[in-house]
Amino acid sequence: MRRSVVALARRALVNALRRPQFLAPLVLFPSLFLAINVGGLGATRQLEGFPVVDGFLDYQLAAAMVQSLLIGGVTAGIAAALDIEGGFFDRLVASPTPRIAIVLGRVLAASVIAFFQVVYFLVLGLVFGASIKGGVLGVACVLAIGVVAGTGFGAIGVLIALRARNASTVQGIFPLVFVVLFISSAFFPLDLLSAPADTIARYNPLSFIAEGLRQPIAFSNKAGPVIEGLLAAAGIAAVSIGLSLLALRGRLRRA
Amino acid sequence: MRRGLNEILRVPAGALPGVIAPTIFMLGLAAVFGKAASLDEYQGVSFLAFILPVGMLQGAGFTGAATGVNLARDIERGWFDRMLLAPTPRPVLLAGFVASASLRALLPASFLLIVALALGVGWPGLLELSIAALLVMGLAAAMACYATLVALRFRTQQAAPLMQIGSFIAVLFTTAYAPRELLSGWLGAIADVNPVTHVLEGVRQGFVGDVTWAQTWPALLSVTALVLVLGALAVRGMRRQGL
Repeated sequence: MRRSVVALARRALVNALRRPQFLAPLVLFPSLFLAINVGGLGATRQLEGFPVVDGFLDYQLAAAMVQSLLIGGVTAGIAAALDIEGGFFDRLVASPTPRIAIVLGRVLAASVIAFFQVVYFLVLGLVFGASIKGGVLGVACVLAIGVVAGTGFGAIGVLIALRARNASTVQGIFPLVFVVLFISSAFFPLDLLSAPADTIARYNPLSFIAEGLRQPIAFSNKAGPVIEGLLAAAGIAAVSIGLSLLALRGRLRRA
Repeated sequence: MRRGLNEILRVPAGALPGVIAPTIFMLGLAAVFGKAASLDEYQGVSFLAFILPVGMLQGAGFTGAATGVNLARDIERGWFDRMLLAPTPRPVLLAGFVASASLRALLPASFLLIVALALGVGWPGLLELSIAALLVMGLAAAMACYATLVALRFRTQQAAPLMQIGSFIAVLFTTAYAPRELLSGWLGAIADVNPVTHVLEGVRQGFVGDVTWAQTWPALLSVTALVLVLGALAVRGMRRQGL
């Protein structure tokens, strides 16, 4: 089973590299947003209630990471849907490949891509003057939360692909990425959000993930937010992988 | 032009992405960064009123990009080859695409205005709205010319992200989120040379204060120049393709 998962993950990664038009949005849009947010709204650090940070970039890096990881999830879903549309999924089912590997292979690929997404934004931040307050341990925490979150978002993409069966439908959920992101504390402190976004953001798992990513970058290696971020990411990953496997089973029964 | 507008009537759902995306951005940004408007530089204007024009221009940008995607689809399917047989002058063909984009841009702009009014943004006045509508239509025309240029160059719908990113960058690298005084050095420098900044300020003036000729003429000049330059490049692109 492990060999099947790795082989399918490798295939997914190779296909992703062959289609840069799918990879570019993962870093291009979040990078542009990061630049505009930092360049346009840096003065909001003066607002009462905004935490003390060395730079607005330090604060916004986590938001860019979360945004990129969410788009990565949509991209994984589109790729999975294209496999279903193109018939590769049916050929896999007809082969002796373990069924569970069909989902786990795609999810593993999403994890690998998530790692590089987080690394990209860490390097981007350092190049443009951000500093990682938590040091090497902080970087490890950020990578851990980012990879687990990316795994979960990738599994959500696969889940949607298995239910929708076509890439256009999966692509249609792209605006929802921004809806979920805007009703979290990814971009701005919770206490400074407008109603009703502030209420929703308190319970939004993305808020915990964003705060977990932000803590080691902008503040310190305080355990609380990091652990909460990791648990939120792990919870999303566990639930979405489980639901993906259920969706796969349902699809195979209908076939 | 009528063919472009018929698409809305026959497939109204096709217009939804161009309306929904700017609405989500406008409402989301207002919900997230709304408290920024308490800074002195915003001069008491609500963040929603400040950012409404950005949403309108984003809608214009998406509409213009959609025109290019439609053209690319027509090229891929061979429909455009049939138009080569017609004796229609090429600038007239381009004018048809551009005119349909201009009119279609009023759809997201109107929707955003209704939403903003419902959420408490003050009524700007008919003159102010007319100027805003003219500028929104002008930017949609300019973006349609740009998207046409990209479509003719790449001849595939896969160039859609390149069309969209052009309008995205043009609209957001301006005084989109904050007044000029609050922009950081590099963004302020870009906003100063970006002609869309004038267009944005021209649309915004009625929602944040009074309309003045001093803010209107640069906006009109900028949008006219964008349409002329990008239109000329698009026509040249048509002629180079043998169209």
